[in-house]
Amino acid sequence: MTKRAIVLYLHAHQPFRIGHFSTFDIGENKNYFDEPNDMRANNRAVLDKVIQKSYIPTNRKLLELIQQHPEFKISLSITGTLIEQLEKWSPLTLESFKELVATDKVEIVGETYHHSLAFFYSLAEFNNQVQMHRDKIWEVFGKKPTVFRNTELSYNNDLAVWADRAGYKAVLAEGWDPILQWRSPNYVYRPVGTQTLKLLLKNYKLSDDIAFRFGDQNWESWPLTADKYAHWLNAIDNGTNINLFMDYETFGEHQWKESGIFDFLSHFPGEWLKNENNTFMTASEAVDSYDAVDTIDTPYTTTWADTERDLSAWLGNPMQQQAIEALYGLSEKILSSNDWALIEDWRKLQTSDHFYYMCTKWFNDGDIHAYFSPYDSPYIAFMNFMNTWHDLRYRLTEKGLDT
Amino acid sequence: MKILMLGWELPPHNSGGLGVACYQLCEALSVKDIDIEFVLPYNEVHSIDFMKVRAALSHSAGSLRISGIAYDSFKYTDTQGNEQWLSIFDQQKLYEQAAAQLTGYESFDIIHAHDWLTFKAGVLLKQKTGKPLILHVHSVESDRSGGNYGNPLAREIEQESMLMADKIVAVSQHTKNIIIADYAIPADKIEVIHNSIGKIDEVNLSELNSYKYLAALKNHGYKVISSIGRLTIQKNLINLLHAFKLVTDIEPKAILLFVGNGEQETELLLLAAELGISRNVMFAGFQRGKRWRDAYTIADLFVMPSVSEPFGLTPLEAVALGVPVLISKQSGVSEVLKNALKVDFWDVNEMANQMLAVLQNQSLKNELIVNGSKEYESMNWSKAANQLEEIYAKAVRGVSG
Repeated sequence: MTKRAIVLYLHAHQPFRIGHFSTFDIGENKNYFDEPNDMRANNRAVLDKVIQKSYIPTNRKLLELIQQHPEFKISLSITGTLIEQLEKWSPLTLESFKELVATDKVEIVGETYHHSLAFFYSLAEFNNQVQMHRDKIWEVFGKKPTVFRNTELSYNNDLAVWADRAGYKAVLAEGWDPILQWRSPNYVYRPVGTQTLKLLLKNYKLSDDIAFRFGDQNWESWPLTADKYAHWLNAIDNGTNINLFMDYETFGEHQWKESGIFDFLSHFPGEWLKNENNTFMTASEAVDSYDAVDTIDTPYTTTWADTERDLSAWLGNPMQQQAIEALYGLSEKILSSNDWALIEDWRKLQTSDHFYYMCTKWFNDGDIHAYFSPYDSPYIAFMNFMNTWHDLRYRLTEKGLDT
Repeated sequence: MKILMLGWELPPHNSGGLGVACYQLCEALSVKDIDIEFVLPYNEVHSIDFMKVRAALSHSAGSLRISGIAYDSFKYTDTQGNEQWLSIFDQQKLYEQAAAQLTGYESFDIIHAHDWLTFKAGVLLKQKTGKPLILHVHSVESDRSGGNYGNPLAREIEQESMLMADKIVAVSQHTKNIIIADYAIPADKIEVIHNSIGKIDEVNLSELNSYKYLAALKNHGYKVISSIGRLTIQKNLINLLHAFKLVTDIEPKAILLFVGNGEQETELLLLAAELGISRNVMFAGFQRGKRWRDAYTIADLFVMPSVSEPFGLTPLEAVALGVPVLISKQSGVSEVLKNALKVDFWDVNEMANQMLAVLQNQSLKNELIVNGSKEYESMNWSKAANQLEEIYAKAVRGVSG
């Protein structure tokens, strides 16, 4: 009998945040992503903080767990923009990721290099960015991803068909109730319209217990201990694979060390493996081991964000729509410029985080989302973005590629 | 509970936000078990049914204004004419004496005085009756003088009265900080109660805007930025003009409309000419009623870049009327209003940058309007009234803090 597996998937990402960029900076050769004077938008300073709080201690812990438990495995995706930052500012941290991957207990999941929403705006650009990510992963880790996740776990039937044709084994997506209906997320599924592709759906209840609720002292289940959590998992009476998907930065950054998150991480695999019918699998092992039990139809786009589980956090208001449409409106001219620096700036502006910072839906409530924005308001985020967009356009006109 | 409230103005005889704030706060308090008698320094008929309004002095609001307004401390009237007018200082002295002569104050539980012009009267009444004194600070002298030292006599009145008071209410954290810094008042004696805004009359958009010329220009692609308030150093209008100059360099079809009067009017006119933007800057003078309201609704952006602003009602009025706002981070209102653009008052480039962003991006403008309106809908005075009720109760029980 095949064991029941946890598929633990972690996503590591940092954007290149835009610094203060005024109307009067347009045409002045100012770097968009360099903000030495603002700690929140200073990419190097933010990276240093996350390295200290999360990447280094988490990598160390995961390596220990791999050495301690032969069955412990994880899946990991790491964006091109983060790899670039690590290469530039902390090669040692990148080494610690390589060390982890070299154990062969860590599977790398594919995505877009720039953590972009290109799939919804330009398929050609999306394909370019997926290839760029594959090239980078091969160069740094010597691996070729066979499982794909799109930015923010955004997913629909079209993405499934794309991934199927591109030769991926599986796609990761949110196990959202309206899509699953009466089904459980704890099985392997097949997207409608695909030949061989399989779908792994996030168990959001159990994932978010760790990712969002772990440190919440008002939560009825606080404090969450490894044995309590393992008990919950063992009590599940259905399924073959429990998909726990979350940000890498959950460990030490979203949930601080003081919350006890690292102790939890240390003990949880051992607690789970006490039951000999339990194991861990990487995403591709899970889809190799289990057959799809049913097909899943996802006619509209789902993501892993907010209560709506849609793209509204990135594209919900007119500022966000204007900004992203303006950006993709330059595609043809930018790509025909053959100016790598210009193209690369344009791509870095596609990172979804820029649009997330412009979100107003939680601004009135003073929600914790504000913690993730380097700007005082969504309006400031929009102004900086649009001014960099005007600068891109200025650079195009300088080359005679008038828009 | 009975409150003797000492104030300087109430609408429609007000010179600015002080009268509006007093009126709306009292209205919210009257819903509770609180009786208010409001003492004014002038005698006019009011149609107010939620409290008793009494005049301490017999002259009219108009003759009082000749001596100065609630925001003045430097105003000394020209005495060369035939008539001899009292200065604003003499007026506050007169009010103090008249208030002391009021009868029936024994039945009050608390004395609640608004701003420096009424503070001495409040102190005198406290000494006579032994009733607790609450001072409500809507502005301090260093605000009124644009961050400078201001008038030493006004400062003296503020400091002495605050030392004597049982409790001080500040309209923002910004104001509380200034009180602590300027007058060395212990922080735990000062409570912050933010102002709010009452419901604004619905605007009938089919009505013709009073600024016909501006409406016509807008049909030709012009954008209008409005500044409504006194033309005085505190409002930072010199920096605003310099920033607006940068705006017109990039967006020549921009108009800056000043509504209000004040001692800086000539200086601003001359500076606009010097900067070569006279054609883009308009001065409409002090306005009330429809012309006042239309100055908001004609605007694509309302600006209040004050050097120091204890609270600042006008941005909330703008938001209420569906106009995006740009305010200085040094204003009390920026502590409560989220959906606004905010800038340091000295940062001329950034001020220009943000003004341009609104003029050039319809989606930014719309998003500010939509979310600002939602925020305005959730605003009312009941929170302030609840906080004040609690302070009253503690003061009557003799509890400090």
